[in-house]
Amino acid sequence: MSESQSHSAAAGENPEGRKPGSQNLVSQRPESQKLEGWNRPARTEPEADGQLLEVSMGPHHPSTHGVFRMDVALDGERVIRLRPVFGYLHRNHEKLGEGQSYLSSMPYTDRLDYFCSLSNNWAYALAVEKLAGQQVPERAEYLRVILAELTRFQNHASSIGFLIQEMGASGTPLMYAFREREKILDLFEELTGARMMCNYMRFGGCRVDASPAWLEKARARVAALPGFVDEFERLLATNEILMARCQGVGILRPELAVNAGVTGPMLRASGVGYDIRKVDGYGIYNRFSFRVPLGEHGDVYDRFMVRLLEMRESVKILEQALKEIPAGPVMDPRLKLRNFRPKPGEAYGRIEAPKGELGFYLISDGGPNPYRYRVRPPSLINLTILEDMCLGHSVADVVLISGSVDIVLGEVDR
Amino acid sequence: MFGEGILKGLAETARNFFGSFVSAERLTTVEYPEQRIAPFEAARVFPFLVYDGEDWLAGLRCVACQICEKECPPQCIFIEKSKDKKPDFVGKPQSYPMRFEIDISVCMSCQICVEVCPFEAIKMDTAFELSTGDRFGGLLLNLTQLAKPNAYYRQIHPTGAAEVDARMAEEMAKAEAKAKTATDAAAKAAADAAATKAADATPAAGDASQSRPDEESRR
Repeated sequence: MSESQSHSAAAGENPEGRKPGSQNLVSQRPESQKLEGWNRPARTEPEADGQLLEVSMGPHHPSTHGVFRMDVALDGERVIRLRPVFGYLHRNHEKLGEGQSYLSSMPYTDRLDYFCSLSNNWAYALAVEKLAGQQVPERAEYLRVILAELTRFQNHASSIGFLIQEMGASGTPLMYAFREREKILDLFEELTGARMMCNYMRFGGCRVDASPAWLEKARARVAALPGFVDEFERLLATNEILMARCQGVGILRPELAVNAGVTGPMLRASGVGYDIRKVDGYGIYNRFSFRVPLGEHGDVYDRFMVRLLEMRESVKILEQALKEIPAGPVMDPRLKLRNFRPKPGEAYGRIEAPKGELGFYLISDGGPNPYRYRVRPPSLINLTILEDMCLGHSVADVVLISGSVDIVLGEVDR
Repeated sequence: MFGEGILKGLAETARNFFGSFVSAERLTTVEYPEQRIAPFEAARVFPFLVYDGEDWLAGLRCVACQICEKECPPQCIFIEKSKDKKPDFVGKPQSYPMRFEIDISVCMSCQICVEVCPFEAIKMDTAFELSTGDRFGGLLLNLTQLAKPNAYYRQIHPTGAAEVDARMAEEMAKAEAKAKTATDAAAKAAADAAATKAADATPAAGDASQSRPDEESRR
């Protein structure tokens, strides 16, 4: 590890990108730092000359988005070791899902990633629909797309707001993001009855239909969203302080990202074009024209920009979906909710949640509850490369990098 | 120019700041205890039990079938079924809950109980100012606290209540029609029997075919 170069000082030639300070952190790391399986021995010997300062950041640290701890070893200001510690919010989600009916698990999925409950609903409903071989009515598919994209929009807006807040701009961008999120949550409340714990989707459709008045209101709100993205971009995108803090910090190499199973905006910021909406075409996403924004450098700034651009693409999808939404039922009235027993088998339903690939894996033995219920949480898997991104940076950058991962601890710990 | 981005951002902030003086759209908050936003019709907080008529015990729609108790994801409902039966709104004898308790400190407002209830007996309330100093007894609602009149349900969820009322009126009309045919048939049978007694014939087959669908219509 090149200790003489901090990220801001390394202004030399960089073959990889335009920005000064990008370090190839992964290849510079000594062999001894590589993961050796699950039970990697604790590295106690100091790797730097001076004394190590061990800091336990969290679990009650405002920058960690919840109860998450980072055991950081510091040489001066530089991070030379970082160990993410999670499990403080473990709620036994998967075992609970195995002990109760398929329907009863639906409200619990709201509580995984509590910022995007509708995406979680969709992923779970998709898995059960695959398991039971159910068809979803056209209108329900459109409603799902509309709600999922609204969710993505508000998640990215507030995630950028949190990121900027962790940079020290306490308030303004986050409040602007929350102002917009509030309008979207009002739409959710009017349709589903709850602002965050929506519990809206059902196997084979949606719980209630959207009224024409709701759709009109949604159209009006969506028409105002591009203005907000423009405002956000003017406010932040070219801000010199933000660029100095974000560019070249927390670089994630595409090879490492792919090998670690990182998905979502994190992966796309590293330049890998992998979006399950395009790859899998679940639901009716293949009917909409939208682009998948990609980053070039894989640093914090690219993640920020990818999220900003994805918000624009979400608005595009929303406009198309709200224009094309057909009339019809949202659920087959003959489908029963109680005593739902899919035939024995297994299914994996995955969607592009705002944070990455969210998957539900279910095994049915023909009984009223799943034999195995497993969640593939994007937040947890995106967190696994936190150390690789943070090594060599200062503590203040660690806060920034963990903010750019966009985690929600309800999903990390389950 | 260095600093251009910052100036651009500050202009945006200034626009928002001064915009809040001229545009009501930019004022996004309300002063809560003094100003209130009416909850949406679909809003849901905690469940309550609906009763028809004046007497809550007699008019309670719940028949203690315990489906909601079984389906409740956090298992916050406790029901004790009665030994005896009372007539429901169509006049059919049904059980009723001796005890019906909901621990709203456990309830997660998911509305699953409302969806699975076949009798339209449990609905979601929209009252949210429920803080109490007694965190054990105060949050365990019993039958008297949970029972609320249908008029209240109509007030908080007008659309849903209208649908439910229409469905129940239809069911009641059907039951009444069935009862009327049954009594008519019985009267006719009696008259026929009297007639046959006189004329020495057998009309029993028609009587039986009248009464069977009536029994089926009562769940």
